[in-house]
Amino acid sequence: MRRLDGPVPFRGGGFQPRERWSAGAATILILIGFWQFGIWVGFIPTLFLPSPVAIAVTLWRLTVTGVLWQNLSASLARLLIGWFAGTIFGMATGIAAGLWSVTRSPVMAVVAALFPIPKIALVPLFIIWFGIGEGSKIATISLGVFFPTVIATMGGVDNVPRGLIRMGQSFGLSTRTIIRAIILPGAAPAILNGFRVTASIAIVLLVAAEMIGAETGIGAFVLSAGNLYDTDALLAGIVVLSVLGLVVAGLIGAVERLLLRWR
Amino acid sequence: MSTGIRLILDQVSHAWKTLLVLDGISLIAEPGEVMVVIGPSGCGKSTLLNIAGGLLAPTSGSVRTEGAIADDCLNPLTYVFQDFALLPWRSVRANVGLVLEGKLANDARTERVREVLALTGLSDFADAWPKELSGGMRQRVGIARALAVRPACLLMDEPLSALDAQTRDLLLDEFVTLIGRAATTTVYITHNLAEAVRLGQQIVVLSRRPGRVREIFRIDRPLTGRSADDPDLKDLEHTLWRLIRDDAAVAERERVDAPA
Repeated sequence: MRRLDGPVPFRGGGFQPRERWSAGAATILILIGFWQFGIWVGFIPTLFLPSPVAIAVTLWRLTVTGVLWQNLSASLARLLIGWFAGTIFGMATGIAAGLWSVTRSPVMAVVAALFPIPKIALVPLFIIWFGIGEGSKIATISLGVFFPTVIATMGGVDNVPRGLIRMGQSFGLSTRTIIRAIILPGAAPAILNGFRVTASIAIVLLVAAEMIGAETGIGAFVLSAGNLYDTDALLAGIVVLSVLGLVVAGLIGAVERLLLRWR
Repeated sequence: MSTGIRLILDQVSHAWKTLLVLDGISLIAEPGEVMVVIGPSGCGKSTLLNIAGGLLAPTSGSVRTEGAIADDCLNPLTYVFQDFALLPWRSVRANVGLVLEGKLANDARTERVREVLALTGLSDFADAWPKELSGGMRQRVGIARALAVRPACLLMDEPLSALDAQTRDLLLDEFVTLIGRAATTTVYITHNLAEAVRLGQQIVVLSRRPGRVREIFRIDRPLTGRSADDPDLKDLEHTLWRLIRDDAAVAERERVDAPA
């Protein structure tokens, strides 16, 4: 037997990580500061890694001369067309596989067989099929986006509570209304999550395809800068890709906030 | 509002693979009548309701309706769900409006939604998300949605079981008013015997699985005149409990013993 006098100690709290935008930005700035400091004290040789200031100057030069926009616009066009094509076909296929038995097994078999193939390995084949121009690059991005979109959409449709679908049926709603008003919004969180993954995949494949066979585009620009040992321009191109990734993530976040504001 | 229809279940049986859940259920819910179905857990009450509403095909037997429905009835057999079944991504107004989409023109739909929200005391919450509402308010939305289609028969699957006792009592009184005003036939599933005697005009007691009709009670008193303290209703409640107590205990043991 022992006494238990005194206040009850607090044992809750924690396990609730919160995002702080300012902390993220500060971390990036501190890392850049260390990088610049390393250059100034001579710890980092500028031949291998140019300074943040030099990269910024190069970026400015590329911007005012129009070189950056020339390459970026070519990349953005490929990215947008490829991503939208892969997403639209992927969502349609994922919904069909999620809803109907007749399409489910065939789609799952095709996804299981083709999804693991590294899409970049198909670029030479796509060049033979679609030529060295835009077709092969767009096809590579579309195919890379297609399979993860199918998987995300099918999973999203599978996770829509069946009780809600039964509710729609019990009120005599048409199949079209049930898909539009119940299944698509219910699957939206999973589909939007898939967008985050496919946007990153699309950027990776864009650069890879541009490095294999393109004269313009950020990938081609980075490869050409590397061949010339122009590390300032090479890193400037990489910074542009990083910013592109951030902008795409921000856009998807904004769409999520708009479409999922009910959560 | 529609006048009620007669709902007839004829020798309805249902099995999940080899497990017989319902065995030869024959019941008639008369027009405008509230038929309450009670029984121990797992006796097939919800399965019976799903079969009655055409959401589940019986293994054998049939369900049919008799009678005329009003011209403005958009969904003769209409459910009210235990878990409310509201779309979390739609406001209260849009949840109610959903069931009228493709059935009414925009103006008529807006007017119908406004009318049922006023009837159920939800006018001030029309733009709220379901997550912003209490359980009782969510079920009101479920009721408003059901009334919006002018049903001829309401199929209510334990509509109050997810709510606390106080909310349950308050909503029960509102059900009496709304069911009386809508003049629909109602099949009401519950495991709560106080609800059964408060609402039921015909009370059907099912046995434990496989569910069979064990006994049927009738209460001739009008719903609006009933009180929770009425000694006759209390007696009936005790009678019902004596009837299902042993079955409920066995059913509970079966649930515990059943392999996961």
